[in-house]
Amino acid sequence: MTDPVLSVRNLSVEIPTRAGILKPVDGVSYDIAKGEILGVVGESGAGKSMAGNAIIGLLTRPAHISGGEVWLNGNRIDTLEPEMLRRMRGKEIGMVFQDPLTSLNPLLPIGDQLTETILEHLPVTKAEAEARALKGLEEVGIPAAAQRMGSYPHEFSGGMRQRVVIALALCAEPSLIIADEPTTALDVSVQAQIVALLKKLCREKGTAVMLVTHDMGVIAEASDRVAVMYAGRLAELGPVRDVLTHPMHPYTHGLMGSTPLASKGLARLNQIPGSMPRLGALPDGCAFNPRCPKADAKCRANPAPVMNERASCWHPMIPGQTS
Amino acid sequence: MLAYVIQRVVQSFIVLLIVGLVAFSMFKFVGDPIDNMLGQERTDADIERLRGVLGLDQPFPVQYYKFLTNAAKGNLGVSYRQGRPVAEIIAQRAPATLELAAVSGFLAMVFGIGLGVFTAIRRDGWAANTIMTVSLIGVSLPTFLIGILLIYLFSVELGWLPSFGRGETVMIGGWSTGFLTASGLKALILPSITLGLYQMTLIMRLVRSEMLEVLRADYIRFARARGLRERSVNFRHALKNTMVPVITVTGLQLGSIIAFAIITETVFQWPGIGLLFINAIQFVDIPVMAAYLMIISVMFVGINLLVDLLYVAIDPRLRTDRAGAH
Repeated sequence: MTDPVLSVRNLSVEIPTRAGILKPVDGVSYDIAKGEILGVVGESGAGKSMAGNAIIGLLTRPAHISGGEVWLNGNRIDTLEPEMLRRMRGKEIGMVFQDPLTSLNPLLPIGDQLTETILEHLPVTKAEAEARALKGLEEVGIPAAAQRMGSYPHEFSGGMRQRVVIALALCAEPSLIIADEPTTALDVSVQAQIVALLKKLCREKGTAVMLVTHDMGVIAEASDRVAVMYAGRLAELGPVRDVLTHPMHPYTHGLMGSTPLASKGLARLNQIPGSMPRLGALPDGCAFNPRCPKADAKCRANPAPVMNERASCWHPMIPGQTS
Repeated sequence: MLAYVIQRVVQSFIVLLIVGLVAFSMFKFVGDPIDNMLGQERTDADIERLRGVLGLDQPFPVQYYKFLTNAAKGNLGVSYRQGRPVAEIIAQRAPATLELAAVSGFLAMVFGIGLGVFTAIRRDGWAANTIMTVSLIGVSLPTFLIGILLIYLFSVELGWLPSFGRGETVMIGGWSTGFLTASGLKALILPSITLGLYQMTLIMRLVRSEMLEVLRADYIRFARARGLRERSVNFRHALKNTMVPVITVTGLQLGSIIAFAIITETVFQWPGIGLLFINAIQFVDIPVMAAYLMIISVMFVGINLLVDLLYVAIDPRLRTDRAGAH
């Protein structure tokens, strides 16, 4: 395997509060190769978006990276000066946010927003930037793109706006895209189109993608590998097919049991008892132990082990073995 | 778009008619001008005769109607006190007030927006905190007190600036301007600060809070995620989105700068229409008062009309809405 585009090593994020230090991201490690899509999945508050913001350097105070390393194309980026980090954003790492209705500046035509981004990062003239912007809009499937360059965001539908946002994220040809819940705010029928578009463009350009979502369907559809996060930690990381069909972490297993799948028909969905603990009230030992059917004294006394094989668990489920 | 403008203009006219009616009906309560105009040795016959000449014996609606039709022809009546046409008196006085208001409005807007943006961007810096604290003084001190304090400091103690009047003025056409002489400019400084300080702090605080709101918006985070420079994020993206509510308030404030000029003009003995109005009240000079109120309301309404049109220029979302796209 070639060197990964993104390499995250033991990344931790801390938020100091009056009640103590919270750790929304705690010792997370993963790689994303060129052209690969890594799905990052987890419940709200599991730390998946926070990890994305930490990588691109957009944590809002008082949250900050408290440990670990982030490498992009062989360069360490978590220690960069703010100005260097700013230049890297948009150029090396593009970002797609959840809500396309609010991601675009309502007072600027979309063509202007594209060209300003291109001019900021690439050594081109204004005319060249406009030509690139137009090409970008065509690539994401905006009909009659030349006429729409002067249109304002409110003149597009939600799905079209998300296409514009994707064009913006890709316009300086970054090597990594962080897509933070890119389909959550869209209609179901549009979701599939956006996922397919993202997948197609990244395959063509060889862009690595970190696809943050809580939607298992999107993960199954788009990603090559999947990282499951729970309470700021990585629960399981592996190829998407293996993780979805043979989850090794009891949490992933529970998640899969609670996801409606056409193949399972109308069977009753399982639910994981309890809810994810608040960051200020994590249990001792493995964070999942109070909800885990396999938890024992070892789980309550010791933090979950560092990734063994695929799952971060004392009692991983071995494929073929019934639970 | 044109339909919208016409609709707004018609609305403005109705507002003006109502303002005129209210203003006119209040004059019944300010006193009887006849008392001031005739001396001690008046007879009942004199009073009745003058009342007839001035048209004050006619019923109120007739008086109002006459005032409106004359005003439409540019005839605002004759001042009871000075015996000269009101239009002439006001034309002679207006440049002083308009120049003062323009300078204060300009100061208020430039410093208000500038400091508002500064305090929003450097939210936790000591400079921003100091400015915010000092600005409380601007909001809470009454205008006349600020004027008197400034006069005490810069005219009485330091002797740098004049404490009253406009200084030397130059006539250009029918317009007397203080902008072209050193003493005229010096005379403008204290009154315009006095008049503009409150508006400046108000605009500053508004810009700051709007800007803080906008800086939290998703499209600002997205602009940062696209790697745009801080300057571009703050001014190209954030400031423009801040402007819509700011323009509303600023427009209203410009109107009230002209109206509040009464106090500043009194403190600084500034020979403008505000001072004219104060003197007119003392003498129950109804034609002058009526003309002043109508002019102020024309300005208010005019500025508001401009503000409404500016919205449409700034915010593209309003353009399609007006065209009935939804």
